[in-house]
Amino acid sequence: MSTFNILIAGFGGQGVLFAGKCLAYKGLTEDKQVSWLPSYGPEMRGGTANCSVILSDSPVGSPIVSTPDILIAMNLPSLDKYEGETQKGGKIFVDSTLIGRKVEREDVDAYYIPATKMAADIGAPTLANMIILGKMIKETGAVNFDDIEVGLKKVIPARKADMIDINLKALKAGYDF
Amino acid sequence: MTEKVLMKGNEAIAEAAIKAGCRHYFGYPITPQTEIAAYMAKRMPKIDGVFLQAESEIAAINMVYGVSATGKRVMTSSSSPGIALKSEGLSYLAGADLPALVVNVQRGGPGLGGIQPSQSDYFQATKAGGHGDFKMIVLAPSSVQEMADLTIKGFDLADKYRMTSMILADGTMGQMMEPVEIKENAEINTYDKSWAVTGTECKRQHNIVNSLYLKPELLEKVNVERYERYKQIEENEVMYEEFMMDDAEICVVAFGIAARISQNAIVEARKQGIKVGMIRPITLWPFPKKPLLAAADKVKRFISVELSMGQMIDDIKLATECKKPIDLCTRVGGMIPSPEEVLAKIIEANGGNN
Repeated sequence: MSTFNILIAGFGGQGVLFAGKCLAYKGLTEDKQVSWLPSYGPEMRGGTANCSVILSDSPVGSPIVSTPDILIAMNLPSLDKYEGETQKGGKIFVDSTLIGRKVEREDVDAYYIPATKMAADIGAPTLANMIILGKMIKETGAVNFDDIEVGLKKVIPARKADMIDINLKALKAGYDF
Repeated sequence: MTEKVLMKGNEAIAEAAIKAGCRHYFGYPITPQTEIAAYMAKRMPKIDGVFLQAESEIAAINMVYGVSATGKRVMTSSSSPGIALKSEGLSYLAGADLPALVVNVQRGGPGLGGIQPSQSDYFQATKAGGHGDFKMIVLAPSSVQEMADLTIKGFDLADKYRMTSMILADGTMGQMMEPVEIKENAEINTYDKSWAVTGTECKRQHNIVNSLYLKPELLEKVNVERYERYKQIEENEVMYEEFMMDDAEICVVAFGIAARISQNAIVEARKQGIKVGMIRPITLWPFPKKPLLAAADKVKRFISVELSMGQMIDDIKLATECKKPIDLCTRVGGMIPSPEEVLAKIIEANGGNN
Protein backbone atom coordinates (compact mmCIF):
# COMPACT_ATOMS: atom_id res chain seq x y z
CA MET A 1 0.00 0.00 0.00
CA SER A 2 1.54 3.29 -1.01
CA THR A 3 0.47 6.87 -0.66
CA PHE A 4 2.08 9.97 -2.12
CA ASN A 5 1.37 13.23 -0.29
CA ILE A 6 2.47 15.87 -2.76
CA LEU A 7 2.60 19.62 -2.26
CA ILE A 8 3.27 21.91 -5.21
CA ALA A 9 3.88 25.51 -4.22
CA GLY A 10 4.80 28.75 -5.94
CA PHE A 11 3.48 32.11 -7.16
CA GLY A 12 0.07 32.42 -8.72
CA GLY A 13 0.52 32.18 -12.50
CA GLN A 14 3.30 29.57 -12.44
CA GLY A 15 0.87 26.78 -13.23
CA VAL A 16 1.02 25.21 -9.81
CA LEU A 17 -2.64 24.18 -9.84
CA PHE A 18 -2.43 22.99 -13.43
CA ALA A 19 0.58 20.76 -12.74
CA GLY A 20 -1.35 19.26 -9.82
CA LYS A 21 -4.36 18.61 -12.04
CA CYS A 22 -2.27 16.76 -14.64
CA LEU A 23 -0.83 14.63 -11.88
CA ALA A 24 -4.21 13.91 -10.27
CA TYR A 25 -5.82 13.00 -13.59
CA LYS A 26 -2.96 10.68 -14.49
CA GLY A 27 -3.39 9.01 -11.11
CA LEU A 28 -7.12 8.60 -11.73
CA THR A 29 -6.48 6.84 -15.04
CA GLU A 30 -4.21 4.44 -13.15
CA ASP A 31 -7.13 3.58 -10.84
CA LYS A 32 -5.53 5.28 -7.87
CA GLN A 33 -7.52 7.11 -5.22
CA VAL A 34 -6.81 10.79 -5.74
CA SER A 35 -7.59 14.20 -4.34
CA TRP A 36 -6.57 17.68 -5.49
CA LEU A 37 -6.98 20.72 -3.32
CA PRO A 38 -5.92 24.26 -4.23
CA SER A 39 -5.07 27.00 -1.78
CA TYR A 40 -4.62 30.55 -2.96
CA GLY A 41 -5.48 34.12 -2.20
CA PRO A 42 -7.87 36.44 -4.01
CA GLU A 43 -5.27 37.57 -6.61
CA MET A 44 -5.43 36.47 -10.27
CA ARG A 45 -1.61 36.63 -10.55
CA GLY A 46 1.13 36.93 -7.97
CA GLY A 47 0.35 36.04 -4.40
CA THR A 48 1.11 32.53 -3.26
CA ALA A 49 -0.56 29.45 -4.63
CA ASN A 50 -0.16 25.86 -3.66
CA CYS A 51 -1.93 22.65 -4.26
CA SER A 52 -2.18 19.37 -2.39
CA VAL A 53 -2.32 16.20 -4.44
CA ILE A 54 -2.74 12.82 -2.84
CA LEU A 55 -2.31 9.61 -4.84
CA SER A 56 -3.03 6.43 -2.93
CA ASP A 57 -4.01 2.79 -3.13
CA SER A 58 -6.46 3.31 -0.26
CA PRO A 59 -9.25 5.87 0.21
CA VAL A 60 -8.00 9.40 0.85
CA GLY A 61 -8.85 10.84 4.27
CA SER A 62 -7.90 14.45 4.70
CA PRO A 63 -7.20 16.07 1.31
CA ILE A 64 -4.92 18.64 2.93
CA VAL A 65 -1.20 17.93 2.62
CA SER A 66 0.40 19.71 5.57
CA THR A 67 3.46 17.46 5.87
CA PRO A 68 4.36 16.46 2.29
CA ASP A 69 6.59 13.56 1.40
CA ILE A 70 7.10 15.21 -1.97
CA LEU A 71 7.51 18.98 -2.16
CA ILE A 72 7.84 20.96 -5.37
CA ALA A 73 9.03 24.47 -4.52
CA MET A 74 8.76 26.91 -7.41
CA ASN A 75 9.82 30.00 -5.49
CA LEU A 76 11.79 30.95 -2.39
CA PRO A 77 8.86 31.73 -0.07
CA SER A 78 7.48 28.25 -0.79
CA LEU A 79 10.76 26.56 0.06
CA ASP A 80 11.10 28.69 3.21
CA LYS A 81 7.59 27.81 4.28
CA TYR A 82 7.43 24.10 3.53
CA GLU A 83 11.01 22.80 3.83
CA GLY A 84 10.55 22.34 7.56
CA GLU A 85 7.20 20.62 7.09
CA THR A 86 8.51 18.00 4.68
CA GLN A 87 8.60 14.49 6.07
CA LYS A 88 11.86 12.83 7.00
CA GLY A 89 13.12 10.89 4.00
CA GLY A 90 10.97 13.03 1.72
CA LYS A 91 11.98 14.54 -1.59
CA ILE A 92 12.20 18.27 -2.30
CA PHE A 93 12.29 19.57 -5.89
CA VAL A 94 13.65 23.09 -6.26
CA ASP A 95 13.42 25.41 -9.27
CA SER A 96 17.04 26.51 -9.05
CA THR A 97 16.58 29.32 -11.58
CA LEU A 98 14.40 31.20 -9.10
CA ILE A 99 15.69 29.85 -5.79
CA GLY A 100 19.25 30.78 -4.98
CA ARG A 101 19.67 28.80 -1.79
CA LYS A 102 20.10 25.10 -1.13
CA VAL A 103 17.85 22.87 0.94
CA GLU A 104 19.15 22.98 4.51
CA ARG A 105 17.61 19.75 5.78
CA GLU A 106 19.89 16.74 5.65
CA ASP A 107 17.21 14.12 6.23
CA VAL A 108 15.51 14.71 2.87
CA ASP A 109 16.60 14.24 -0.74
CA ALA A 110 16.96 17.52 -2.63
CA TYR A 111 16.82 17.89 -6.41
CA TYR A 112 17.78 21.13 -8.17
CA ILE A 113 16.31 21.78 -11.61
CA PRO A 114 16.74 25.10 -13.45
CA ALA A 115 13.15 24.67 -14.59
CA THR A 116 12.40 28.28 -15.48
CA LYS A 117 15.58 28.57 -17.57
CA MET A 118 15.00 25.20 -19.26
CA ALA A 119 11.44 26.24 -20.10
CA ALA A 120 12.72 29.39 -21.78
CA ASP A 121 15.34 27.36 -23.65
CA ILE A 122 12.76 25.08 -25.24
CA GLY A 123 10.64 28.05 -26.23
CA ALA A 124 7.95 27.56 -23.61
CA PRO A 125 8.75 30.09 -20.90
CA THR A 126 5.50 29.43 -19.03
CA LEU A 127 6.03 25.70 -18.63
CA ALA A 128 8.56 25.47 -15.81
CA ASN A 129 5.77 23.68 -13.96
CA MET A 130 5.77 20.80 -16.45
CA ILE A 131 9.56 20.54 -16.42
CA ILE A 132 9.76 20.21 -12.66
CA LEU A 133 6.78 17.83 -12.71
CA GLY A 134 8.59 15.61 -15.22
CA LYS A 135 11.65 15.46 -12.96
CA MET A 136 9.49 14.70 -9.93
CA ILE A 137 7.75 11.80 -11.68
CA LYS A 138 11.10 10.37 -12.73
CA GLU A 139 12.54 10.45 -9.20
CA THR A 140 9.41 9.25 -7.34
CA GLY A 141 7.46 7.08 -9.75
CA ALA A 142 4.30 8.71 -8.38
CA VAL A 143 2.61 7.98 -11.71
CA ASN A 144 3.60 6.08 -14.82
CA PHE A 145 5.44 8.36 -17.26
CA ASP A 146 5.14 6.16 -20.39
CA ASP A 147 1.60 7.34 -21.20
CA ILE A 148 1.78 10.68 -19.39
CA GLU A 149 -0.11 12.36 -22.25
CA VAL A 150 -3.28 10.62 -21.03
CA GLY A 151 -3.37 12.95 -18.03
CA LEU A 152 -2.55 15.99 -20.16
CA LYS A 153 -5.36 15.29 -22.59
CA LYS A 154 -7.86 15.21 -19.74
CA VAL A 155 -6.78 18.57 -18.43
CA ILE A 156 -6.12 20.53 -21.63
CA PRO A 157 -9.46 21.40 -23.21
CA ALA A 158 -10.05 20.39 -26.83
CA ARG A 159 -9.93 24.00 -28.05
CA LYS A 160 -6.34 24.23 -26.76
CA ALA A 161 -5.29 20.80 -28.11
CA ASP A 162 -2.36 22.44 -29.90
CA MET A 163 -0.80 22.99 -26.46
CA ILE A 164 -0.46 19.28 -25.75
CA ASP A 165 2.78 18.78 -27.69
CA ILE A 166 4.65 21.63 -26.05
CA ASN A 167 3.52 20.48 -22.60
CA LEU A 168 4.73 16.97 -23.43
CA LYS A 169 8.04 18.37 -24.62
CA ALA A 170 8.47 20.22 -21.31
CA LEU A 171 7.54 17.15 -19.26
CA LYS A 172 10.09 15.06 -21.18
CA ALA A 173 12.80 17.70 -20.83
CA GLY A 174 12.28 17.55 -17.07
CA TYR A 175 12.11 13.79 -17.01
CA ASP A 176 15.39 13.48 -18.94
CA PHE A 177 17.21 16.13 -16.90
CA MET B 1 -21.28 2.54 -15.52
CA THR B 2 -20.58 6.21 -15.97
CA GLU B 3 -16.88 7.03 -16.14
CA LYS B 4 -15.46 8.62 -13.05
CA VAL B 5 -14.23 12.13 -13.66
CA LEU B 6 -12.35 14.62 -11.53
CA MET B 7 -14.57 17.47 -10.52
CA LYS B 8 -14.49 20.28 -8.01
CA GLY B 9 -17.09 19.90 -5.30
CA ASN B 10 -18.82 23.05 -6.52
CA GLU B 11 -19.05 21.71 -10.06
CA ALA B 12 -20.36 18.37 -8.77
CA ILE B 13 -23.18 20.19 -6.99
CA ALA B 14 -24.10 22.07 -10.16
CA GLU B 15 -24.05 19.01 -12.40
CA ALA B 16 -25.99 16.93 -9.87
CA ALA B 17 -28.63 19.67 -9.63
CA ILE B 18 -29.09 19.53 -13.39
CA LYS B 19 -29.36 15.73 -13.23
CA ALA B 20 -31.99 16.17 -10.50
CA GLY B 21 -34.10 18.17 -12.94
CA CYS B 22 -33.25 21.65 -11.73
CA ARG B 23 -33.54 24.08 -14.66
CA HIS B 24 -33.58 27.34 -12.71
CA TYR B 25 -30.55 28.78 -10.98
CA PHE B 26 -30.29 32.24 -9.47
CA GLY B 27 -27.13 33.46 -7.82
CA TYR B 28 -24.61 36.14 -7.12
CA PRO B 29 -20.86 35.49 -7.16
CA ILE B 30 -18.90 35.04 -3.96
CA THR B 31 -15.76 33.04 -3.16
CA PRO B 32 -15.51 30.09 -2.52
CA GLN B 33 -18.64 28.95 -4.35
CA THR B 34 -18.48 30.88 -7.62
CA GLU B 35 -17.78 27.72 -9.66
CA ILE B 36 -21.42 26.71 -9.09
CA ALA B 37 -22.67 29.86 -10.79
CA ALA B 38 -20.00 29.63 -13.50
CA TYR B 39 -20.96 26.03 -14.27
CA MET B 40 -24.66 26.89 -14.40
CA ALA B 41 -23.98 29.88 -16.66
CA LYS B 42 -22.35 27.51 -19.14
CA ARG B 43 -24.75 24.60 -18.92
CA MET B 44 -28.22 26.04 -18.39
CA PRO B 45 -28.55 27.79 -21.78
CA LYS B 46 -27.70 24.50 -23.51
CA ILE B 47 -30.52 22.56 -21.82
CA ASP B 48 -33.26 25.19 -22.05
CA GLY B 49 -32.65 26.15 -18.45
CA VAL B 50 -32.45 29.53 -16.80
CA PHE B 51 -29.26 30.97 -15.34
CA LEU B 52 -29.57 34.42 -13.93
CA GLN B 53 -26.98 36.44 -12.07
CA ALA B 54 -29.21 38.55 -9.89
CA GLU B 55 -28.39 42.06 -8.72
CA SER B 56 -27.91 40.78 -5.18
CA GLU B 57 -28.25 37.70 -2.98
CA ILE B 58 -31.60 38.97 -1.74
CA ALA B 59 -32.92 39.26 -5.27
CA ALA B 60 -31.69 35.74 -6.04
CA ILE B 61 -33.47 34.09 -3.12
CA ASN B 62 -36.71 35.90 -4.00
CA MET B 63 -36.42 34.65 -7.58
CA VAL B 64 -36.11 31.19 -6.06
CA TYR B 65 -39.35 31.85 -4.18
CA GLY B 66 -41.08 32.84 -7.38
CA VAL B 67 -40.00 29.79 -9.39
CA SER B 68 -40.67 27.42 -6.53
CA ALA B 69 -44.23 28.74 -6.30
CA THR B 70 -44.75 27.46 -9.86
CA GLY B 71 -43.71 23.96 -8.78
CA LYS B 72 -40.35 23.84 -10.58
CA ARG B 73 -37.11 22.64 -9.06
CA VAL B 74 -34.96 25.66 -8.29
CA MET B 75 -31.79 26.51 -6.44
CA THR B 76 -29.42 29.24 -5.34
CA SER B 77 -25.96 29.11 -3.82
CA SER B 78 -23.71 31.42 -1.91
CA SER B 79 -21.15 31.58 0.85
CA SER B 80 -21.56 32.72 4.45
CA PRO B 81 -22.11 36.53 4.17
CA GLY B 82 -24.33 35.94 1.14
CA ILE B 83 -26.42 33.37 2.99
CA ALA B 84 -26.97 35.89 5.78
CA LEU B 85 -28.45 38.22 3.15
CA LYS B 86 -30.74 35.43 2.00
CA SER B 87 -32.15 34.76 5.45
CA GLU B 88 -35.27 36.88 4.92
CA GLY B 89 -36.09 34.85 1.81
CA LEU B 90 -35.38 31.57 3.59
CA SER B 91 -37.94 32.49 6.22
CA TYR B 92 -40.52 33.43 3.56
CA LEU B 93 -39.92 30.12 1.75
CA ALA B 94 -40.58 28.32 5.02
CA GLY B 95 -43.67 30.42 5.73
CA ALA B 96 -45.07 29.63 2.29
CA ASP B 97 -44.07 25.92 2.49
CA LEU B 98 -42.03 26.12 -0.70
CA PRO B 99 -39.34 23.59 -1.62
CA ALA B 100 -35.89 24.86 -2.63
CA LEU B 101 -32.25 23.86 -2.58
CA VAL B 102 -29.85 26.37 -1.08
CA VAL B 103 -26.10 25.78 -0.99
CA ASN B 104 -23.77 27.40 1.53
CA VAL B 105 -20.07 26.85 0.80
CA GLN B 106 -18.90 28.33 4.07
CA ARG B 107 -16.01 30.75 4.58
CA GLY B 108 -14.63 32.32 7.74
CA GLY B 109 -16.70 34.96 9.52
CA PRO B 110 -18.26 36.96 11.05
CA GLY B 111 -18.68 39.94 8.76
CA LEU B 112 -16.86 39.67 5.47
CA GLY B 113 -14.43 37.41 7.31
CA GLY B 114 -12.08 35.70 4.89
CA ILE B 115 -12.25 33.38 1.92
CA GLN B 116 -10.80 30.26 3.53
CA PRO B 117 -12.94 27.32 4.70
CA SER B 118 -15.02 27.36 7.85
CA GLN B 119 -17.98 25.63 9.50
CA SER B 120 -19.06 28.56 11.60
CA ASP B 121 -22.52 28.89 10.03
CA TYR B 122 -23.69 25.79 11.88
CA PHE B 123 -26.05 27.71 14.16
CA GLN B 124 -27.35 29.80 11.27
CA ALA B 125 -28.13 26.69 9.22
CA THR B 126 -29.52 24.43 11.92
CA LYS B 127 -31.22 26.90 14.26
CA ALA B 128 -31.57 30.38 12.88
CA GLY B 129 -31.96 30.39 9.10
CA GLY B 130 -34.23 33.41 9.48
CA HIS B 131 -36.97 34.85 11.67
CA GLY B 132 -39.84 32.79 12.97
CA ASP B 133 -40.28 29.15 13.93
CA PHE B 134 -38.90 27.04 11.11
CA LYS B 135 -36.32 24.46 10.18
CA MET B 136 -34.32 23.60 7.11
CA ILE B 137 -33.04 20.14 6.26
CA VAL B 138 -29.27 20.58 6.54
CA LEU B 139 -27.02 18.18 4.63
CA ALA B 140 -23.26 18.08 5.27
CA PRO B 141 -21.22 16.39 2.53
CA SER B 142 -17.69 15.21 3.28
CA SER B 143 -16.57 14.21 -0.21
CA VAL B 144 -17.08 15.43 -3.75
CA GLN B 145 -19.21 12.34 -4.39
CA GLU B 146 -21.45 13.32 -1.49
CA MET B 147 -21.64 16.90 -2.80
CA ALA B 148 -23.35 15.36 -5.83
CA ASP B 149 -25.40 12.69 -4.07
CA LEU B 150 -26.72 14.99 -1.35
CA THR B 151 -27.69 17.61 -3.90
CA ILE B 152 -29.98 15.09 -5.59
CA LYS B 153 -31.22 13.90 -2.20
CA GLY B 154 -31.72 17.50 -1.10
CA PHE B 155 -34.07 18.27 -4.00
CA ASP B 156 -35.96 15.11 -3.22
CA LEU B 157 -36.41 15.89 0.48
CA ALA B 158 -37.32 19.50 -0.30
CA ASP B 159 -40.16 18.38 -2.58
CA LYS B 160 -41.27 15.62 -0.25
CA TYR B 161 -41.64 17.91 2.78
CA ARG B 162 -42.21 21.25 1.00
CA MET B 163 -39.29 23.05 2.61
CA THR B 164 -35.72 24.22 2.02
CA SER B 165 -32.87 21.75 1.92
CA MET B 166 -29.53 23.37 2.59
CA ILE B 167 -26.22 21.87 1.54
CA LEU B 168 -23.81 23.04 4.25
CA ALA B 169 -20.39 22.61 2.70
CA ASP B 170 -17.18 24.55 3.22
CA GLY B 171 -14.48 26.09 1.05
CA THR B 172 -12.42 22.90 1.02
CA MET B 173 -15.30 20.75 -0.15
CA GLY B 174 -16.17 23.32 -2.79
CA GLN B 175 -12.65 23.73 -4.15
CA MET B 176 -11.20 20.22 -3.95
CA MET B 177 -11.30 17.79 -6.84
CA GLU B 178 -11.98 14.11 -6.38
CA PRO B 179 -13.24 11.37 -8.65
CA VAL B 180 -16.99 11.55 -8.88
CA GLU B 181 -19.64 9.61 -10.69
CA ILE B 182 -22.88 11.44 -11.40
CA LYS B 183 -25.30 8.92 -12.77
CA GLU B 184 -26.80 9.85 -16.11
CA ASN B 185 -30.24 8.61 -15.16
CA ALA B 186 -30.42 9.13 -11.43
CA GLU B 187 -33.80 8.09 -10.12
CA ILE B 188 -35.74 11.27 -9.55
CA ASN B 189 -38.86 11.03 -7.45
CA THR B 190 -41.76 13.24 -8.32
CA TYR B 191 -44.12 14.64 -5.77
CA ASP B 192 -47.59 16.07 -5.87
CA LYS B 193 -47.43 19.78 -6.59
CA SER B 194 -51.11 20.48 -6.97
CA TRP B 195 -50.50 23.51 -4.73
CA ALA B 196 -48.35 25.21 -7.37
CA VAL B 197 -49.37 28.47 -9.02
CA THR B 198 -49.50 27.42 -12.67
CA GLY B 199 -52.66 29.01 -14.04
CA THR B 200 -56.13 27.58 -13.40
CA GLU B 201 -57.36 27.65 -17.01
CA CYS B 202 -60.66 28.40 -15.25
CA LYS B 203 -60.89 24.71 -14.36
CA ARG B 204 -60.07 24.82 -10.65
CA GLN B 205 -59.99 27.12 -7.67
CA HIS B 206 -56.88 29.28 -7.79
CA ASN B 207 -53.93 28.42 -5.58
CA ILE B 208 -52.38 30.93 -3.24
CA VAL B 209 -48.74 30.88 -2.19
CA ASN B 210 -48.23 33.23 0.71
CA SER B 211 -46.63 33.48 4.14
CA LEU B 212 -48.98 36.11 5.56
CA TYR B 213 -51.50 34.91 8.15
CA LEU B 214 -53.08 37.83 9.97
CA LYS B 215 -55.33 35.69 12.12
CA PRO B 216 -53.24 34.42 15.04
CA GLU B 217 -55.41 31.29 15.40
CA LEU B 218 -54.62 30.33 11.83
CA LEU B 219 -50.92 31.24 12.07
CA GLU B 220 -50.64 29.11 15.19
CA LYS B 221 -52.29 26.22 13.37
CA VAL B 222 -49.94 26.30 10.36
CA ASN B 223 -46.93 26.54 12.66
CA VAL B 224 -48.03 23.55 14.71
CA GLU B 225 -48.78 21.55 11.58
CA ARG B 226 -45.37 22.42 10.18
CA TYR B 227 -43.70 21.12 13.34
CA GLU B 228 -45.68 17.87 12.98
CA ARG B 229 -44.00 17.51 9.61
CA TYR B 230 -40.62 18.31 11.17
CA LYS B 231 -41.24 15.51 13.67
CA GLN B 232 -41.68 13.04 10.80
CA ILE B 233 -38.41 14.23 9.30
CA GLU B 234 -36.60 13.73 12.61
CA GLU B 235 -38.07 10.23 12.69
CA ASN B 236 -37.36 9.22 9.09
CA GLU B 237 -34.60 11.23 7.48
CA VAL B 238 -31.62 11.16 9.83
CA MET B 239 -28.40 10.23 8.06
CA TYR B 240 -25.02 9.55 9.65
CA GLU B 241 -22.02 7.28 9.29
CA GLU B 242 -20.11 5.37 11.94
CA PHE B 243 -16.36 4.79 11.61
CA MET B 244 -14.55 2.26 13.83
CA MET B 245 -17.19 2.61 16.53
CA ASP B 246 -17.60 -1.09 17.44
CA ASP B 247 -15.26 -1.12 20.42
CA ALA B 248 -14.66 2.63 20.69
CA GLU B 249 -14.07 4.23 24.08
CA ILE B 250 -13.64 7.69 22.63
CA CYS B 251 -16.11 9.01 20.07
CA VAL B 252 -15.15 11.80 17.71
CA VAL B 253 -18.09 13.72 16.26
CA ALA B 254 -17.31 15.64 13.09
CA PHE B 255 -18.86 16.51 9.75
CA GLY B 256 -17.64 17.70 6.36
CA ILE B 257 -13.93 18.43 6.04
CA ALA B 258 -13.45 18.04 9.82
CA ALA B 259 -14.57 14.41 9.50
CA ARG B 260 -12.02 13.77 6.75
CA ILE B 261 -9.21 15.14 8.92
CA SER B 262 -10.46 13.25 11.97
CA GLN B 263 -10.48 10.03 9.99
CA ASN B 264 -6.70 10.31 9.45
CA ALA B 265 -6.19 11.03 13.15
CA ILE B 266 -8.36 8.07 14.18
CA VAL B 267 -6.50 5.64 11.93
CA GLU B 268 -3.22 6.86 13.46
CA ALA B 269 -4.59 6.65 17.03
CA ARG B 270 -5.76 3.08 16.40
CA LYS B 271 -2.19 2.20 15.37
CA GLN B 272 -1.16 3.44 18.81
CA GLY B 273 -3.77 1.20 20.42
CA ILE B 274 -6.30 3.89 21.33
CA LYS B 275 -9.89 2.71 20.93
CA VAL B 276 -11.40 5.66 19.12
CA GLY B 277 -14.12 5.92 16.51
CA MET B 278 -16.29 8.54 14.89
CA ILE B 279 -19.93 9.35 14.34
CA ARG B 280 -20.24 11.61 11.31
CA PRO B 281 -23.56 13.42 11.03
CA ILE B 282 -24.61 13.67 7.38
CA THR B 283 -27.83 15.46 8.30
CA LEU B 284 -27.09 18.25 10.78
CA TRP B 285 -30.81 18.83 11.05
CA PRO B 286 -32.28 16.40 11.79
CA PHE B 287 -29.30 15.73 14.08
CA PRO B 288 -28.41 12.04 14.69
CA LYS B 289 -29.53 12.10 18.31
CA LYS B 290 -30.28 8.40 18.73
CA PRO B 291 -26.89 6.99 17.69
CA LEU B 292 -25.15 9.61 19.84
CA LEU B 293 -27.28 8.77 22.86
CA ALA B 294 -26.57 5.08 22.29
CA ALA B 295 -22.85 5.84 22.05
CA ALA B 296 -23.00 7.82 25.30
CA ASP B 297 -23.70 4.59 27.15
CA LYS B 298 -20.66 2.90 25.64
CA VAL B 299 -17.86 5.45 25.33
CA LYS B 300 -15.96 7.37 28.00
CA ARG B 301 -15.66 10.70 26.23
CA PHE B 302 -16.68 12.57 23.12
CA ILE B 303 -14.60 14.98 21.08
CA SER B 304 -16.36 17.51 18.86
CA VAL B 305 -14.06 18.39 15.97
CA GLU B 306 -15.43 21.42 14.15
CA LEU B 307 -14.26 24.54 12.33
CA SER B 308 -16.16 26.87 14.63
CA MET B 309 -15.74 28.08 18.20
CA GLY B 310 -17.96 25.19 19.32
CA GLN B 311 -21.43 25.27 17.81
CA MET B 312 -22.20 21.62 17.12
CA ILE B 313 -20.96 20.72 20.60
CA ASP B 314 -24.25 22.10 22.00
CA ASP B 315 -26.24 19.62 19.93
CA ILE B 316 -23.97 16.78 21.05
CA LYS B 317 -24.58 17.74 24.68
CA LEU B 318 -28.34 17.75 24.12
CA ALA B 319 -28.29 14.48 22.19
CA THR B 320 -26.14 12.67 24.77
CA GLU B 321 -27.99 14.30 27.69
CA CYS B 322 -24.57 15.35 29.00
CA LYS B 323 -23.91 11.77 30.08
CA LYS B 324 -20.22 11.93 29.21
CA PRO B 325 -17.65 14.74 29.02
CA ILE B 326 -17.19 16.37 25.62
CA ASP B 327 -13.94 17.98 24.51
CA LEU B 328 -13.72 20.55 21.75
CA CYS B 329 -11.08 20.45 19.04
CA THR B 330 -11.22 23.38 16.71
CA ARG B 331 -9.48 25.89 14.46
CA VAL B 332 -11.34 28.89 13.11
CA GLY B 333 -11.11 31.86 10.78
CA GLY B 334 -10.15 29.75 7.77
CA MET B 335 -7.49 27.76 9.64
CA ILE B 336 -7.88 24.00 9.48
CA PRO B 337 -6.72 21.58 12.17
CA SER B 338 -4.09 19.08 11.03
CA PRO B 339 -4.62 15.37 11.68
CA GLU B 340 -1.74 15.69 14.20
CA GLU B 341 -3.67 18.31 16.19
CA VAL B 342 -6.74 16.08 16.28
CA LEU B 343 -4.56 13.11 17.25
CA ALA B 344 -3.08 15.14 20.13
CA LYS B 345 -6.61 15.83 21.35
CA ILE B 346 -7.49 12.14 21.12
CA ILE B 347 -4.37 11.21 23.12
CA GLU B 348 -5.30 13.86 25.69
CA ALA B 349 -8.84 12.47 25.92
CA ASN B 350 -7.32 9.05 26.44
CA GLY B 351 -5.74 10.36 29.62
CA GLY B 352 -2.49 11.35 27.96
CA ASN B 353 -1.68 7.71 27.28
CA ASN B 354 -0.75 6.39 23.90
